[in-house]
Amino acid sequence: MHGLAFDVSHLLAGGLVLISLMLLYQDRMYSLLNVFALHAVVLALAVAWQAHIQTAPHLYLTAAIALLFKGAAIPIALRRMVQRLGIDRTVETVVGVGPTMLVGIGLVALAIMVMLPITGQADVLTQEDLAFALSVVLLGLLMMVTRRNAVSQVVGFMSLENGLILAAAGAKGMPLVVEISVAFSVLIAFIVIGIFLFRIRERFDTVDVQVLDGYRGEQP
Amino acid sequence: MAAAVLALVASYRLGAAINVLATALTQIAAWVLVFARPEPSLYLHIDDFNIFLIVLNTFVAFTTSVFSASYIAHELATGRLTEGYLRFYHAMYQVLLLAMNLALLANNIGLMWVAIELATLTTVMMVGIYRTPAALEAAWKYFILGSVGIALALFGTILVYLAASPTVGQGLDAMAWTVLVVKAPAFDPALLNLAFVFLLVGYGTKIGLAPLHAWLPDAHAEGPTPISAVLSGLLLNVALYALLRFKILLTANAEALSPGGLMIGMGLVSLIFAALMLYKRRDVKRMFAYSSIEHMGLITLAFGMGGPIASFAGLFHMTMHSLTKSAIFFAVGHISQAKGTQKLAEIGGLTETHPVLGWGLVLGVVAIAGMPPFGIFMSEFLVVTSTFAREPLLAIPLVAGLLTGIGALVLRMQKLAFGRPVGESAPVKASYLPLVVHLAIVLVAGVFLPDALVAWFRAVATLIG
Repeated sequence: MHGLAFDVSHLLAGGLVLISLMLLYQDRMYSLLNVFALHAVVLALAVAWQAHIQTAPHLYLTAAIALLFKGAAIPIALRRMVQRLGIDRTVETVVGVGPTMLVGIGLVALAIMVMLPITGQADVLTQEDLAFALSVVLLGLLMMVTRRNAVSQVVGFMSLENGLILAAAGAKGMPLVVEISVAFSVLIAFIVIGIFLFRIRERFDTVDVQVLDGYRGEQP
Repeated sequence: MAAAVLALVASYRLGAAINVLATALTQIAAWVLVFARPEPSLYLHIDDFNIFLIVLNTFVAFTTSVFSASYIAHELATGRLTEGYLRFYHAMYQVLLLAMNLALLANNIGLMWVAIELATLTTVMMVGIYRTPAALEAAWKYFILGSVGIALALFGTILVYLAASPTVGQGLDAMAWTVLVVKAPAFDPALLNLAFVFLLVGYGTKIGLAPLHAWLPDAHAEGPTPISAVLSGLLLNVALYALLRFKILLTANAEALSPGGLMIGMGLVSLIFAALMLYKRRDVKRMFAYSSIEHMGLITLAFGMGGPIASFAGLFHMTMHSLTKSAIFFAVGHISQAKGTQKLAEIGGLTETHPVLGWGLVLGVVAIAGMPPFGIFMSEFLVVTSTFAREPLLAIPLVAGLLTGIGALVLRMQKLAFGRPVGESAPVKASYLPLVVHLAIVLVAGVFLPDALVAWFRAVATLIG
């Protein structure tokens, strides 16, 4: 198993985790979107490689969807949105970069500690893939927690879904239904988000979620 | 079964299409729903468990649509919603029903996940429909928490597939319930455990269990009231159903950790937390949302306890809660329209100003608090007795939580329904029928349960284990 196939998929999945960590400290809107696009491209490569070594042609489709939608369409659309909203300035994070990175590294360690012993029966490749996928998911969660700007929360959510797709692709022979639906749901999710952003724009002239927090329904 | 699914889809789509095209849509939507209400149990033979929930689901959806018709007419009259939004609203209502029924019918864990995600997204749109800042905040919060929840649930689903695939073989078989349940004893227990933790956290978010409930009160309070009724009465049940399915898998595997402990813990925490929170509410819909958390906690606890009696009680409570809670929301919806506010402080003396609504609310609250003649009393009684029999120590916080909840509800109800009338009040054209029908069923179920139904519940309870 420790051949080229293993090395390449290891490299790609590891790259995905690395880029997730990079996403954590991007503090400008445009660079955040660029890094996210890179994230999606690496995901597409990883999935395509899985398709190659598992000889599962439907995975190529998933890879293509990842590449087109998340590598190109969504970053471009978000970039426009950022332009229109005029928020191409520094992203404020709730926690500083240093602590965030430390927590992120901790999460990766946690994911590996949790997944490796448990997936003992599965082959090494699946094991490591899952551990990496869980790291990406957790890093996505972390990003959603530490950012308070709606656009970067959305990016965090999408990087989280990238982790899920990596997991689904790593699970051998997982039926097509799931992958397409995941891709599809990302699209829907994006539409929803888009609508929300526009609505938020209409009402408040800001996409800072912390401003919204003031509108909780329960002031006396 | 497939035919029934197709029939469901076709007629719902038709309903949505009619909704989109028609201009006077409210009545039509209700009537299409009437005819679209499927004849259950003849075609849908997955198992007793989901047939029961589908009947409940479609019934409540039907009565809610009747309520919604009159509710929406008022919203239109007061200008809170425009016709364009109504069109959107009805289309979404149908999509939501489709998604929920699909989730219940699904025999594939992936498909079920997709359906629940679809249901989540539609409800997000519905919650935000008023477009007030508060509604948008509620929708955004719901969206973020809900999507994180379902993302974790998907990870759990993938892990279940991984646990199953060495035994079942790769491909679609390893995602079908019917296959999974039979083969579950041979699955890798460690993977199943990990999967269940993800699923519990993921679907637990949707059920509204305690540490993850933050979206629920906001979504209930800010969305249109029919949606609050559907959310409380149906969507929470659907998420719980998904979780229970996985619980069956874990119970079937002797080496996996028993899911009961986790579920009892989360259920109990939710129950006590929500019961305490009930005292501090200032918004009437928010208060009943917390009451939903309390009851979902109780139901989760009952299923976590397991065994024929506790599971029976859990099922019964699921039914009674969704009927009663939606009835309460019907009353509350009209009341807040009549009063022009949802604030508890500005509502009072309802039995004088609006006798039918006032007394309807009183009966509903009495029922939801678990007072004797109603069905909820029976199911709560069963839960408490089986807890005493199995885990006496757990019963103490359970009873304390329940009593705290009752205290809060009675306190609020007194002010709402009796006492001096407060605030301005307008007459409202309400549809009392759904309210009356729901309460009547709950009352009858509390006094007398047909033997056939009892046998049915028993069969399902043994299935859940």
